Amino acid sequence: MQKFKTCLKLFLVMFKIGLFTFGGGYAMIGLLENELVSRRKWLESDEFLNVVAIAESTPGPVAINAATYVGYKLAGFWGSLSATVAVALPSFSIIFLISLFFDAFLSLKYVAYAFDGIRVCVIFLILSAGVKMLLKLEKTVWNIVVTSVVIAVMVALSVLSIAFSSVWYILITAGLALLLYLFSYFCARRKKSSEQKPDAEGKQ
Amino acid sequence: MIYLTLFLTFLKIGAVSFGGGYGMISLIRETVLENAWLTEEEFLNFIAVAESTPGPLAVNMATFIGSSQAGFLGALTATLGVILPSFVIILIIAALIKNLLKYAGVQSVLSGIRPTIVGLILATALTMFVTRIFGFTSVGAPFSFDRRALLIFLIIAAVAVLWRVFKKRQFSPILLILLSGGLGILVNVV
Repeated sequence: MQKFKTCLKLFLVMFKIGLFTFGGGYAMIGLLENELVSRRKWLESDEFLNVVAIAESTPGPVAINAATYVGYKLAGFWGSLSATVAVALPSFSIIFLISLFFDAFLSLKYVAYAFDGIRVCVIFLILSAGVKMLLKLEKTVWNIVVTSVVIAVMVALSVLSIAFSSVWYILITAGLALLLYLFSYFCARRKKSSEQKPDAEGKQ
Repeated sequence: MIYLTLFLTFLKIGAVSFGGGYGMISLIRETVLENAWLTEEEFLNFIAVAESTPGPLAVNMATFIGSSQAGFLGALTATLGVILPSFVIILIIAALIKNLLKYAGVQSVLSGIRPTIVGLILATALTMFVTRIFGFTSVGAPFSFDRRALLIFLIIAAVAVLWRVFKKRQFSPILLILLSGGLGILVNVV
């Protein structure tokens, strides 16, 4: 019974968060912090930072990830289910309703004119999101090389209209990063063990 | 079986989209263009709607595309598809491997793909920009320069950048969308 109550509370809080977060996941983090840490004390501040780190580095929308994690923390599987459904439900309902009327809305003359401009704005928004992330990247050799190669290859392929899924870029760089890590790991180990050997001999 | 296709497509998108929000834009764009679900124009309209309504961009896009292709059930299957990978992965992390992120190998792979995500977003934006402003799609195809679109782009970029420089704050994306809508009406009427 207690658990059911927690689930219900989780549902209501997450529904509210889902309803009021414009502009995607990062805007939601502030709201989540306010609800979960400051007001309800469901999570410690450290724990919350941990949740954010996990939500940001795993695939999928940050909002969904954070809701699932917090839900599980507070009330196990059912908690995570109700939190996740609740955070997605407002956008789902709103967008579904809009989608029913969108075509009719667009067939109005001035709305169509407005969307002429809005489409240009969306390209700018995507570009500036990319630039913002670019500025946050550390200037390491890996980051610079990978970013420029991905941009060059992707633009070139799309100009030549050759289909190559974005999934491959992600998988290939993930594989390369893993190989690089393993390589440096084993190099470090070998170096360590070769340094230890003369030491051990010296003691004998 | 459109429901299954929608579900599996968005399952894939949910599983590999790192970096939140715009991180999945390149993949969604490829998918909808390949399946001829949307034109580039419709896709951009959808992003504008997804950006100006509450909730995660990915969920909004999934619902919208699902609904446009196969009604309510389409919206439901697409949204479930895009949410499911995060749900399962986070459950596994929360329940079993709390320290997953502390392993050096996981860390290096995660930070290793970060520049890829940035590259994908920038390349998609550049491709869209060239297509929209110069009407250029691929080598050999004829292209037409759209002065009005370039003008709107420059005004919006100037407003956003100046706002950032002088007010030290981000110009709200929703206000930018409204402004560009006004400009769109203006250039079409004049």
